[in-house]
Amino acid sequence: MSNSTSPVSVAKPHPKLQSHFFSMDQQLEASTLGMWVFLVTEVMFFGGLFMAYIVYRHMYPHAWVEASAELNWKLGGLNTGVLICSSITMALAVRAAMIGNRTQQLINIALTSILGATFLVVKFFEYKAKFEHHLVPGPHFDPSLEQGMQIFFSLYFVMTGIHALHMVIGLGIMAYIFIQAWKGTYNAEYFAPVEVSGLYWHFVDIVWIFLFPLLYLLGAHGA
Amino acid sequence: MKEADVQQEPSYLGAPYGLASWLLTKDHKRIAILYLISITIFFAIGGSFAAMIRAELVTPQGDFLTADLYNKVFTLHGVVMIFFFLIPSIPATLGNFFMPIMIGAKDLAFPRINLLSWYIYVVGATLTLAAVIMGGVDTGWTFYTPYSSISSTTNVTTAALGVFITGFSSILTGFNFIVTVHRMRAPGMTWFRMPLFVWANYATSLVMILGTPVIAITVLLIAAERALHLGVFDPRIGGDPVLFQHLFWFYSHPAVYIMILPGMGVISELVANVSRKQIFGYSFVAFSSLAIAIIGFLVWGHHMFVTGQSIYAGLVFSIITMLVAVPSAVKTFNWTATMYKGAVVWDSPLFWVLGFMGLFLIGGLTGLFLGAMGLDIHLHDTYFVVAHFHYIMVGGGVMAFLGGLHFYWPKMTGRMYSEPLAKVASMLVFFGFNLTFFPQFIVGYMGMPRRYHSYPAEFQVFNVLSTAGATVLGAGYLMILLYLVYSIVKGPKAPMNPWGATGLEWKIQSPPITHNFHETPVVTEEAYDYLHAPAPTREVTHHE
Amino acid sequence: MSSGHHVPTIGMCVRVWLALLVLTGFTIFIASQDLGVLNTPVALLVAITKATLVIVFFMGVKWNTPLTKTVAVSGFVWLLILFFMGMNDYLTRGWLGVAGR
Repeated sequence: MSNSTSPVSVAKPHPKLQSHFFSMDQQLEASTLGMWVFLVTEVMFFGGLFMAYIVYRHMYPHAWVEASAELNWKLGGLNTGVLICSSITMALAVRAAMIGNRTQQLINIALTSILGATFLVVKFFEYKAKFEHHLVPGPHFDPSLEQGMQIFFSLYFVMTGIHALHMVIGLGIMAYIFIQAWKGTYNAEYFAPVEVSGLYWHFVDIVWIFLFPLLYLLGAHGA
Repeated sequence: MKEADVQQEPSYLGAPYGLASWLLTKDHKRIAILYLISITIFFAIGGSFAAMIRAELVTPQGDFLTADLYNKVFTLHGVVMIFFFLIPSIPATLGNFFMPIMIGAKDLAFPRINLLSWYIYVVGATLTLAAVIMGGVDTGWTFYTPYSSISSTTNVTTAALGVFITGFSSILTGFNFIVTVHRMRAPGMTWFRMPLFVWANYATSLVMILGTPVIAITVLLIAAERALHLGVFDPRIGGDPVLFQHLFWFYSHPAVYIMILPGMGVISELVANVSRKQIFGYSFVAFSSLAIAIIGFLVWGHHMFVTGQSIYAGLVFSIITMLVAVPSAVKTFNWTATMYKGAVVWDSPLFWVLGFMGLFLIGGLTGLFLGAMGLDIHLHDTYFVVAHFHYIMVGGGVMAFLGGLHFYWPKMTGRMYSEPLAKVASMLVFFGFNLTFFPQFIVGYMGMPRRYHSYPAEFQVFNVLSTAGATVLGAGYLMILLYLVYSIVKGPKAPMNPWGATGLEWKIQSPPITHNFHETPVVTEEAYDYLHAPAPTREVTHHE
Repeated sequence: MSSGHHVPTIGMCVRVWLALLVLTGFTIFIASQDLGVLNTPVALLVAITKATLVIVFFMGVKWNTPLTKTVAVSGFVWLLILFFMGMNDYLTRGWLGVAGR
């Protein structure tokens, strides 16, 4: 399978080929597989939180609906749309790198970053509203609320907080590949960094695709 | 590379010199050495805590350590030994060093990430040490809620963050290994030509990447609960502390296999070598590693029989637990069958192999006692459990680590240590270990609970025996440290293949060059082809 | 496996993007309807469909090696072990009594 690459030394190795790889192909395959394996660990990382979500939703079905109704599904839906749009710009950025089109790379990476930042701004206003409504767990949590609602909000903050942290890291990665793309680093022979960054970005989008209905939409039909 | 340069090329140890060249190295062999030094330091720290525990338990009264201090000491013994010694022990040192060489690669797939994993380990370890200096932690290494999240006034948050960060070093090692095995094998190195050590490390890596993230998020939740009041396990707001145990053991039970699987890999290498025979049932041993890794994820509830977990779930977990015995037994029987009618050589590796097999057998079989739900209710939280997991982790894990370290020492350092001293040390460790922990089976069965600094006087004789054994064990470890360090300074130069072993790692110079191979090897033979293996030689021939 | 790496077309990207937006609208709409016990399964089904679209097309699993496909699936499968074995406890508490209690 992976031995298709032969050790025959090439006259002039690509400047981006690291010395412990035989070929650019092997290097690209290693990076992509590496990112996929890393994403498996990410799935398990968020998975622990989803496990807690399932257990407590099973224990407190009514409180879950009540707490979910406190979230602003319109802002959540807006952010879902924003992330989906950032996913297509990311996919187009990878495509532009594969065909070596520098202008398209720069435009699409910039668009992805702007959409990512938009998501975080919306998230900031959502968090702010929760503080104002005494829905942040801890001593200031509204004591009149039903048992279980505080756990919902603990999980809400941990899940969306860690997701937002991933977005921030993603924006850092975008900044890096933007600078590299500016320098014209990526072309049809060397585009692995853009591709693996794209995988990461899409994964963060997928996490939100699950978080949105599970957190925001439980109370929508009641309200 | 010009032909004339081949003989003059310096080994990885000397090219280039200087502290910075080590701390910024991307060479998997140097990173393995960095890890080896770090885990040795942590073994010594964890060992000192063990010594304090054994000193306290000589007398039935709690006279040497106060109850609070004792709680901290056993917690730190567990945290340090598990997260900072056992989990990285074989994979990050021997695995890091030899796995790429064994499959004919110049390095791991991601050398910089490999170095990063060591730095992450150091940061996590430093945080945990900071927790120790600031006054310690007293929750037990398991960080059980709600004590850890609400009640304990010690430095749980710092220690938990230390464990959280160290988890990422383990994840990065596992992820690097998996990609390396899939993508970096030399031409002709098919899956079924890989040494079993590589298979075992591959299976371990699967556990690392699938399990570690779950404990990372779990200890992060504890830190969030203590620092930010984001309560998830807090019973006062309706949380379920047992959920913490589910998430914790989802990783921490498979973590036992992170500690023992690489050891099984080492033993597979050693047993073929000391028997000078092809390993019996190669593919069974290979697949049993994967089977252990997978079944290991389905049994975590056997740590929770007495927690209020549903009895039905307990039954299911108990039955699946028995299944783990099958692949473990496959390995043990295959090793025994390998030795049967083999030309067994009385080299020091043999002593570690036999020690491992005996101790692991006892540890594994007593595990079946504890996995049986009815019996576990009697034995839960007694010294029987302590003895059982020390037989697995120390009797299995540490014996295999030391065996591997002795076997590969000539290749790693280019020096030979004293064979007679090694044999004496292995006997000291074996007898010291049994004297320490066998009495604990008995005293545990009689009902002595773990984690108390005082106990009824009738248990004293067993505890005195245990402490005496720990002294012998400690002397054995110290002796190994001394003669191995001495060998670096004064030991005779090691030849290319002192044990007459098979495998790519024995066909390159000792110690290897930075890129391992002068030219990429093409593999044409099966693993453990001892029919065609060279004879063992301790002498350096003139052309090496 | 060869250097001819698959380049996705713009048309494909746009179609997937539109499908994702439509599905998002659908999941918001369906949440406003009272389907009884079916609300959550439908929401999850839509989420899984959306995630699958992203994984298969945007992340390029469709054109990738069998190994990548296996890895992509394995994380989710492993998560199911945690969910099933864990809920096996929570859903069966009280099924069997405790001897002596």
